[in-house]
Amino acid sequence: MADIGHNVSLSERARRIRRNALRMGEVQGQGYIAQALGVADVLAVSYFHATSYRPEDPEWEGRDRFLLSIGHYAIALYAALIEAKIIPEDELETYGTDDSRLPMSGMAAYTPGMEITGGSLGHGLGIAVGMGLALKRKGSKSFVYNLFSDGELDEGSTWEAAMSAGSYKLDNLIGIVDVNQMQADGPSLGVMNFEPLAPKFEAFGWFVQRVDGNDIDALVTAFDAARHHAGAQPRLIICDTKMAKGVPFLEARERNHFLRVEPHEWAEALKIIDAGAVA
Amino acid sequence: MRRSKYIRPEHLQNGGGAPRLTTSAMIASIAGPDQPTKPAPFGHTLAAVAERNARIVGLSADLAKYTDLHIFRAAHPDRFYQMGMAEQLLMMAAAGMAREGFQPWVTTYAVFASRRAYDFICLAIAEEMLDVKIVCALPGLTTGYGPSHQATEDIAMFRGMPNLTIIDPCDAHEIEQAVPAIAARKGPVYMRLLRGNVPLVLDEYGYEFELGKAKLLRDGRDTLIISSGLMTMRALDAAKELQRDGVDAAVLHVPTIKPLDEATILAECRRAGRLVVVAENHTVIGGLGEAVGATLMRSDVRPAAFRQIALPDQFLEAGALPTLHDRYGLSTGKVVSAIKGWLDE
Repeated sequence: MADIGHNVSLSERARRIRRNALRMGEVQGQGYIAQALGVADVLAVSYFHATSYRPEDPEWEGRDRFLLSIGHYAIALYAALIEAKIIPEDELETYGTDDSRLPMSGMAAYTPGMEITGGSLGHGLGIAVGMGLALKRKGSKSFVYNLFSDGELDEGSTWEAAMSAGSYKLDNLIGIVDVNQMQADGPSLGVMNFEPLAPKFEAFGWFVQRVDGNDIDALVTAFDAARHHAGAQPRLIICDTKMAKGVPFLEARERNHFLRVEPHEWAEALKIIDAGAVA
Repeated sequence: MRRSKYIRPEHLQNGGGAPRLTTSAMIASIAGPDQPTKPAPFGHTLAAVAERNARIVGLSADLAKYTDLHIFRAAHPDRFYQMGMAEQLLMMAAAGMAREGFQPWVTTYAVFASRRAYDFICLAIAEEMLDVKIVCALPGLTTGYGPSHQATEDIAMFRGMPNLTIIDPCDAHEIEQAVPAIAARKGPVYMRLLRGNVPLVLDEYGYEFELGKAKLLRDGRDTLIISSGLMTMRALDAAKELQRDGVDAAVLHVPTIKPLDEATILAECRRAGRLVVVAENHTVIGGLGEAVGATLMRSDVRPAAFRQIALPDQFLEAGALPTLHDRYGLSTGKVVSAIKGWLDE
């Protein structure tokens, strides 16, 4: 067996997360595939480097909490939870179907490992603030991660939460913003200009890093720095990602917020992803 | 009709001669002049219940002092969380704390919880059946500040939210009993709060609050008044006045709006020959009145007549609370005259 090394292993995790997402996308023929492919590296580092959890006990008290604020990214999180063995792989084929534990928009009551019900955007960061306060109250050393999107920067509730996290100096809260520059109505900055982003959060008292969200080494460094930062302040990792990363013919599509993929293209996409497999 | 901003007060108009009005929105008590009251029953009771329940925490959105939560804050300073003037955050943070095993009691004004934070209560709290208690001051018409502060439709909105229990207490006695009962019930609860010096009424009737139960406070042959919140106080006063005029009025107090005690309501409404009047401090749309009306229709129960005492489907005026209660039909005098009028029909 080849010596795959630590970061190479994370690349392989990311590849399998992409593969799981594509297989789920194929069940419905369409979906938020581009987001899943784009955020796969962030999820690989989150679940296989940064966070503590027990696959057999998703509600283990000592776990780090990983909140998915962006409900429609559920396909991405399911792909990671399957890779993390929190959800059995054979449930892939149920994605979005009746009676499935994997609904199209993420809900806490449906899916092991899904901490909150997202989907009404702008909820996650505020819930993370409450969890961060509660964990401190309990004397817990766990972190709360909240994965949210550049689109959620439009929501006023996100900024209510951001200000309070700074005010409470919540050093157990790590925000992860997926800046993929695409919203329902088009490119994010055209929908609403949220830049300059890092200085906004810094002004709210956060320790902010901005990285290429598809560069695993950079993500590892940023997650380590976020966890070990000495300042009594919340932490934010701004991840610039590429929609549909890893499948060039899908990356090239201009409107890819909700991708429709032709039946024959799924096999083609999987072939591209599998070509990167580590033996 | 609301007054026009282009018409000056009557006493300042040429040749007006009308008296200058001195009542104002500073007169905001629901208590009568000689009525016994208790100070901040919610705050004192919650502070006491929290002595025995370490899961309880308190959160407010810059309104602790105006929702009597400052009493809790003074008793348990390390268990109070100030969330700033941010009601969306208030509900999200409460959801997060409940997920971690705490029982957050959050306070704000009813207008802000219902109109501003609805989505956050619905998705972050109710959908997940989280153990969050939402206690809101200024329900219905209990302030003269105008529509920005008058939560005339809060119950209509919250009745539509699955999983949510809705409580509309009448007085200090009931609040003292409702708080421990709500703490003992797992799941989300919305309670309308009467704050400050709150009238003491129900102790006289040997009343005991039971979550989900309507209670007959007095019986009567001619009319049945079904009421919640402060309108039960009005109904009891009205029944005494009606008695003097030979009208025998029963009062059924329904503090739990949801789930509704349909069995008790139906049993009372089945008694023949009585005018049924539902009285509530809420718009005529979507509150206790329509809830009772639908319950009767679904069960084919037809009282002799069915009428509602409620706020009109309007944005209400500003002014002194007694003036407004009289104008919009919630004062004891207006309740008495309405019922007499209906009995004469």
